[in-house]
Amino acid sequence: MELDFSTLVPYAGELVQGFVTTVVLTAISTLAGLGLASLVAYVRSGKASLLGRMLGGYVEVTRNTPFIVQLFFLFFGLSALGFKISALFAAFLAMTLNLGAYSAEILRAGIEATDRGQLEAARALGMSRLQSYRHVVLIPAFARIYPALTSQCIIVMLGSAVVSQISVFDLTYAANFIQSRNFRGFEVYLVVTLIYLLLAVGMRQAFGFVGRRAFAFRQGGNA
Amino acid sequence: MHKPQRILKTFKGALASGLLVLASISAIAASTSALASSLADIEQRGTLRVAVPQDFPPFGSVGTDLQPQGYDIDMAEYLAEQMDVNLDLVTVTSANRIPFLQTDKVDLVISSLGKNPERAAVIDFSEAYAPFFLGVFGTEQAEQIEEPAGLAGKTIGVTRGSVEDMELTGLAPGDTTIKRFEDNATTISAFLSGQVDYIATGNVVAAQIAERESQRAPKMVFQIKDSPCYIGLSQGNDELKAKVNALIEQAKQNGTLESLSQKWFHTSLPESFGS
Repeated sequence: MELDFSTLVPYAGELVQGFVTTVVLTAISTLAGLGLASLVAYVRSGKASLLGRMLGGYVEVTRNTPFIVQLFFLFFGLSALGFKISALFAAFLAMTLNLGAYSAEILRAGIEATDRGQLEAARALGMSRLQSYRHVVLIPAFARIYPALTSQCIIVMLGSAVVSQISVFDLTYAANFIQSRNFRGFEVYLVVTLIYLLLAVGMRQAFGFVGRRAFAFRQGGNA
Repeated sequence: MHKPQRILKTFKGALASGLLVLASISAIAASTSALASSLADIEQRGTLRVAVPQDFPPFGSVGTDLQPQGYDIDMAEYLAEQMDVNLDLVTVTSANRIPFLQTDKVDLVISSLGKNPERAAVIDFSEAYAPFFLGVFGTEQAEQIEEPAGLAGKTIGVTRGSVEDMELTGLAPGDTTIKRFEDNATTISAFLSGQVDYIATGNVVAAQIAERESQRAPKMVFQIKDSPCYIGLSQGNDELKAKVNALIEQAKQNGTLESLSQKWFHTSLPESFGS
């Protein structure tokens, strides 16, 4: 078979639009998801409470159901109940909730690895509750689980391909769209696969860059 | 060098006998037009034999009582009744409906048959008897749209890569939002859940939605492409064709077709139908 990439040229605009949507969607839902995860992990690693149990339910439901089902539930289910949300917002919400649940568990593992003695020492040195939590628990916990977190964020980015199912114009939507017009499926998906690959490598580099600066204290030693 | 030659010989022999079979089949096929039953034959026999679909609702499917039902079956019953003969329904698939006609196993094919040049070369067509079209459908409150410019600003759901996607993309103005979904089921869900208030699809799919969800039955507001169904009959069977056409015209005038459309498609015949 012959590869003919020239048929893709007229669709460059669609590819760019899809690329931008995927990048922006991933960026904002990664930030929102990690924020959510920090809150959930904080509540769940503290004393047992009703809120903690509810958040536990959210984490379990999210981690034990397929992403596409969650997406359809938000998009079609909520709309049928009268809460009409746009496809893009449904995609953002589904990705945020998904990343939130998974990384909350990763983060909780990091938090629970902190020796209570360290926290007591920080308090004894005169740090406030919040200060000691932030510097002694949360930041070292993030540093410890940072590689796992990076992978989770990349998984969410790659998983975002299914948002094309609810008509979000992401990279996969662009690929399906072009493929349905020029019938050059192999070329289209080859190009899009490369773009995803570059995106994933790029994300890993970016996380590494941020990590080296944010957790400079860890360099050369084990916390 | 012996072996390859022998294989070649065998191959030649097979080819020759294959050609012989093919030639005899085409000879039979060529003589079939003479086989067709004329109107007089049918009246004498007292039975009208009609090929109908059994796997294509609402045109033809098998009901819970295991009897064929649908628009095409009702149409066949109407014709037989008007011609004052018994009806013999023969269920066919879309692939074998024309061969059934060519080999005089049936007199008419009423099986959501569309007209195209390839088919017109081997069989004749009556006037259109059933609507089959692609359109933009909206909710009950949606207003009629007269021309493509009226689609501006609307959000329309469609199944990606379908004929209606191509047609709609070609004629909709730039500020129409076309939401493309993976398959018919997802497009229908988007419409039923209220995510989109318009969908582009065929009247058959729209009828299925109306069947399932009468609360949100789709109403056609704009026709994209019209390709109605015709009754197929053997070539040169002109008396039968004239009779069938007269009965179709009568059904159009006296509201029979309109009531069939209401019954099976849950909507009126399109105004342009049969014009």
